[in-house]
Amino acid sequence: MDERVSAAFRLLPDYLTQHVLLSAASLALGLIISLPLVVIASRRAAVRWPVLGFASVVQTVPSLALLALFYPLLLALSSASAYLFGYSFSALGFLPSLLALTLYSMLPILRNGVTGLMNVDRAIIEAARGVGMTERQRLLRVELPLAAPVLMAGIRTAAVWVIGAATLSTPVGQTSLGNFIFSGLQVENWVAVLFGCGAAVALAIVTDQLLALVESGVRKRAPLRIWTGVALLLLGVAAAAAVQLGGGRKATYIVGAKNFSEQYILADLISDAIHKAGHAASTRVDLGSVIAFRALANNDIDVYVDYSGTVWANVMGRKDWPPREQMVQEMRAALKQEYGVVLLGTLGFENAYALAMRRDRAESLGIAAIGDLAQHAPELALGGDFEFFSRPEWRALRERYGLAFREMRQYQPTFMYRALASRQVDVISAFSSDGRIAADNLLVLQDPLHVIPPYDAIVLIAPARANDPVLRKALEPLLGAIPIELMRQANYSVDRDTDKKSPVQAAQWLSSAAHIR
Amino acid sequence: MIALRKVSKSFDGGRSFAVRELTLEVAERVFVAIVGDSGSGKTTLLKMINRLVDADGGSVLVAGKPVDADAPYSLRRRIGYVFQGIGLFPHLSVAENIGITPRLLGWAEADIRARVEELIDLVSLPRSYLGRMPAELSGGQQQRVGVARSLAARPSIMLMDEPFGALDPITRDTLGAEYRHLHEQMGLTTVMVTHDVMEAVLLSDRIIVMRQGTVVADGQPHELLLAHPDPGVHALMDMPRRQAERVRALMQDRAHRG
Repeated sequence: MDERVSAAFRLLPDYLTQHVLLSAASLALGLIISLPLVVIASRRAAVRWPVLGFASVVQTVPSLALLALFYPLLLALSSASAYLFGYSFSALGFLPSLLALTLYSMLPILRNGVTGLMNVDRAIIEAARGVGMTERQRLLRVELPLAAPVLMAGIRTAAVWVIGAATLSTPVGQTSLGNFIFSGLQVENWVAVLFGCGAAVALAIVTDQLLALVESGVRKRAPLRIWTGVALLLLGVAAAAAVQLGGGRKATYIVGAKNFSEQYILADLISDAIHKAGHAASTRVDLGSVIAFRALANNDIDVYVDYSGTVWANVMGRKDWPPREQMVQEMRAALKQEYGVVLLGTLGFENAYALAMRRDRAESLGIAAIGDLAQHAPELALGGDFEFFSRPEWRALRERYGLAFREMRQYQPTFMYRALASRQVDVISAFSSDGRIAADNLLVLQDPLHVIPPYDAIVLIAPARANDPVLRKALEPLLGAIPIELMRQANYSVDRDTDKKSPVQAAQWLSSAAHIR
Repeated sequence: MIALRKVSKSFDGGRSFAVRELTLEVAERVFVAIVGDSGSGKTTLLKMINRLVDADGGSVLVAGKPVDADAPYSLRRRIGYVFQGIGLFPHLSVAENIGITPRLLGWAEADIRARVEELIDLVSLPRSYLGRMPAELSGGQQQRVGVARSLAARPSIMLMDEPFGALDPITRDTLGAEYRHLHEQMGLTTVMVTHDVMEAVLLSDRIIVMRQGTVVADGQPHELLLAHPDPGVHALMDMPRRQAERVRALMQDRAHRG
């Protein structure tokens, strides 16, 4: 079997069971909240329109954005609760995913439930009153049974939506089948992407069919069908819970990573180092750039690698750019004081933003430095990653060099290099440690005004682990041990099109190539 | 006994009245028919007796007790109600439909079963129908089940709102006659709303004619069939009289020729 397929199968039990548990919990919570609302809304028009309107609006919010919005909200609640009650909770992972997906599941349940209840024949309602039923008896004995088939159809829709949208919970730190898709997309492992899609589709189909069985049981008043369907669904959830609880994979340390290859490799390198020190570690990958630091400050992850310029500008909000040594020193003190976060040290290489062009294109235009770009910019197209155009570095570059491009496009990093190769764009925001710079024969434009700040790779440790001897001892051998050439090679071995390595393999190669003991 | 005293009901906050200051008494074991045009207030009047509609003013008494002394559901369990829409519960079998009120009242299952069998016999349906669903029955059969359901908890009062109005003429006639028989056999007090004067004449002991929320005529059928001072009532009662005369003439004609 293909190595990538067997690797995907190894990860499947964990990803699938977490996906199942998240989806089931969201749907259950959605039902618990929606069903009373359905009853109230079907009886009062004054409640009906606001409730259905709100649910419809929620549905129009892109599900990824909905998930992303719950993270800062919960983070604020968590720090408020820490301040008021001395209790903080994890704002990353399960909780924001659960809440966003719960909201997402509510519209079909609400809409079908209300429709089902309101469509009960008026003669039947009058008969129910006439024979002497109380409001409650009318609801339970007549209206709900008659609305049940329509309601069940809504629950089926909600279940399929939730299972699909749960793949998007990966970027807020919840493991799901989306991990296959996000990581696969990042390192161009299409086998993993297809595997994740296939697994999510299969899960949705199986769930839908079991719910269809329940629905037909409700429609035909066949209790055996209803209970068979419900029992199989519960069995699936119980099995997932058993795998998660029984797996005993309680990781002592959680290593975070943002959403690109270098971060995956470094996270694997760090967890490998922790394993070698005799402790368990797991990784939580695909975190958004700013989310990663917040997660660390909130002790949701224990350690991760960031870059000095990123933290300086985005976390500390500084606009000046002192020399690199001074920046790291100031940062160490500021992070400790403000967040309790420990800056353990630098890894030895820099992953800075850089503007890069195809060498032939740059030479034909006579461009060697960013300053030369200004006069040609109005005819050129610039490609950036999802962050670049909203970062202060871009603003500084634009203002200091007077850059005004014909067109600016955003890409997922892998596609950005493709776009450059296929001449869709002329200049890209590259990363200096990217293996593709050498492999694609790109020219990194010089920055004579030193507008782009230093981006030394730094190891950051969560406040709760500030004095953890295990972590320090395990990570100290990594400090200053990784030169840029090796990092580029490791990155390229994951990113290239043929003979690809997995991040784990690249981390092992890097560890031995850098002589890390 | 049913008594209404100066009862009023408005559905538009008092600008117009469906029933206006209406006073009426119905003695036990009497079959009363209320006739009148659409919008005359006859259905509202009926529904105020079992509180499907609550009166705005005046008082309604059933068996000497104001209807709002108890919860509406407890009142309705003591009063049978049959209406044109029938409203059989489509998700319950015929037996479950008939037994619903006894079940709400907490009767023992064995008693409910015995009562359901007694009732299916009473409304002349085969017992094999007990396991069927309402959708499997014809309209006439459904209304037989509706009547059986309304009688299940042994009410002494029956309210009927155009009960046979949606049925074909023959079924309607048969069911009407059979119900009149049940009324006598069980000693019921029946108030039936109908727009069909002929039905009122054939079935009831007393006819009340309503117009614009008030009673314009009230008497035994034979009294109203005689000339009435109110031209509207006269016109209304003229129809069954003319029909009867025509039928009589036809029959005599046939007798002469024969």
